[in-house]
Amino acid sequence: MSALAARRAGLQQLRRRAANSTMWFVAVLCVLAAILPLGFVLYYVLAQGASGINLDFFTKLPKPVGEPGGGMANAIVGSLILVGLASLVGLPVGILGGIYLAEFGNNRFAWTIRFLSDVLSGVPSIVVGIFIWAMVVVPTHRLSGMAGGAALGVMMIPTVMRTTEELVRLVPMSLREASLSLGATHRRTVFKVVLVAARGGVVTGVLLAVSRIAGEAAPLLLTAGSSPFWSTRIDQPMPSLPVQIFTYAIQPYDDCHRQAWAAALVLVSLVFVLSVAARYATRGRFRMVR
Amino acid sequence: MQRTVSAHGSLKARGVLSPWFGDRVFRWTTLLFAACVLAIIALLAYLLLADSVPAMRAFSWRFLSGRNWDPVHDSFGALPFIYGTLVSSALALLVAVPISLGAALFLAELAPPWLRNPLSFLVELLAAVPSVVYGIWGIFVLVPFLRPVEAWLGAHLGFVPLFSGAPYGIGMMAAGLILAIMVLPIITAVSRDVLRAVPVSQREAAYALGATRWEAIRGPVFRYARAGILGAVILGLGRALGETMAVTMVIGNTPAISASIFDPAYTMPSLLANEFMEATGKLHIAALMEIALLLFVVTIVINAIARLLIWSVARGAPAGVRE
Repeated sequence: MSALAARRAGLQQLRRRAANSTMWFVAVLCVLAAILPLGFVLYYVLAQGASGINLDFFTKLPKPVGEPGGGMANAIVGSLILVGLASLVGLPVGILGGIYLAEFGNNRFAWTIRFLSDVLSGVPSIVVGIFIWAMVVVPTHRLSGMAGGAALGVMMIPTVMRTTEELVRLVPMSLREASLSLGATHRRTVFKVVLVAARGGVVTGVLLAVSRIAGEAAPLLLTAGSSPFWSTRIDQPMPSLPVQIFTYAIQPYDDCHRQAWAAALVLVSLVFVLSVAARYATRGRFRMVR
Repeated sequence: MQRTVSAHGSLKARGVLSPWFGDRVFRWTTLLFAACVLAIIALLAYLLLADSVPAMRAFSWRFLSGRNWDPVHDSFGALPFIYGTLVSSALALLVAVPISLGAALFLAELAPPWLRNPLSFLVELLAAVPSVVYGIWGIFVLVPFLRPVEAWLGAHLGFVPLFSGAPYGIGMMAAGLILAIMVLPIITAVSRDVLRAVPVSQREAAYALGATRWEAIRGPVFRYARAGILGAVILGLGRALGETMAVTMVIGNTPAISASIFDPAYTMPSLLANEFMEATGKLHIAALMEIALLLFVVTIVINAIARLLIWSVARGAPAGVRE
């Protein structure tokens, strides 16, 4: 090989190596750029929210807008009730539907459901809110906790259904066969063997779904509304943390902003705890984003 | 068989008393619950369609091209909202797609194993932060930060219509950036899964021919994952189009069509969040319903395309489960 050709080959080698390292570097930068906003958001939520967190925040009712003091006790309780109602709607449908997809799901109908469930998870939350408004609020003539719970429940279904399915599928066939060979019926096998083996996965799905809906404000604006009072009746408007954050954040008063930040801190902590718990329940076998 | 047991026998023959009858009930019960998804989507489509009929009758296609939104005079045109939704989502993708792809590449191909899980968790946490929290962060942190940035851009690049106008902070640019932050984790996570679904043999073949890591990724890996990555981006677009709270809080909610990304605008979801509860006129509600229908149809189509593309690459392994 002539010296010139050797040098050219060496140069080309160098260029290829350089391209390789450059892209490596760019990819690292991208990861940093992707995670940076999380740092900024968490930092400000912590810094601004911490000053608003005190006993009053958890125990007092909100003061009339513009007056300092007060808390968000009613919104915290309201959020818990709404999540509970949503679970009543979302869990049976999600878990039993997921079992269907995993156990009997090798037909065209099941593929359709799988597909529609993925599509439903992409329907904007505000559109789900309008759907429940037309379904529940219009016939009952009032905003209510019931309607809010239904809206959030519909939003839970895809997450719970698909996680349940995927984790039930992971249960080894030999476990099912062992149970069936002992004479157990299919339903007994599913409830006593398969679901027990997959309970971590089901828990993950439920936690992820709850963490996703606990922070939803858009559908609640049209369904649960809000209220400055204690509201534990599910046929009445029901306050919630996300809606309260929204209404307070767009007020011109500093005290409102302080409380909105504090509520944001509570909400973010809740979501964080739920996410960590969800991850722990299946030990990293599952991803959170669909 | 004796006659005396025939009743029992025929029941047995029909399978009612057999142990498998319960299993059949079980199967149909779970099927019924699974079918709820179908029922919800069908009802949703029907209700939106039925309730928006008055607006369709009154305006037909002019609804999509009209620029005037005036509830007092019952005159409704959706163009400013369609424009605001499309442009803010486009801005978001412009910012988020390159970063997401780089991050997905790192998470799927380059990151050392001990770093992979914690980083993935952080990215996924970004997706779990509620929309209103991004909104309040947008109002009090991002918007004040953008004001001087916009003023600087305006001073140096003001001759481009894109960067003309007053630097309010609140407006299209703030909305686009917030949306970018919100769709970034979705695009990243889905592209990462798609990249990991590429068979190892594709990579090994490239390495065997002497390719560097980047060359293996750029060639065979990307080619194999192309459709799925496109699906991830389209999925992100679907999220951006429907995002409500954070956008409502920073976009300024002004139904205007302006070339400048500094100017306030309005999106379809924001319009629904702001006006739906205040709407009293029949035609006003119908017009809002038509906006919701539009949003629903567009996101359904977009999500369907995205899922099919993603499934085309990562169908073998049930999406999302990894060991």
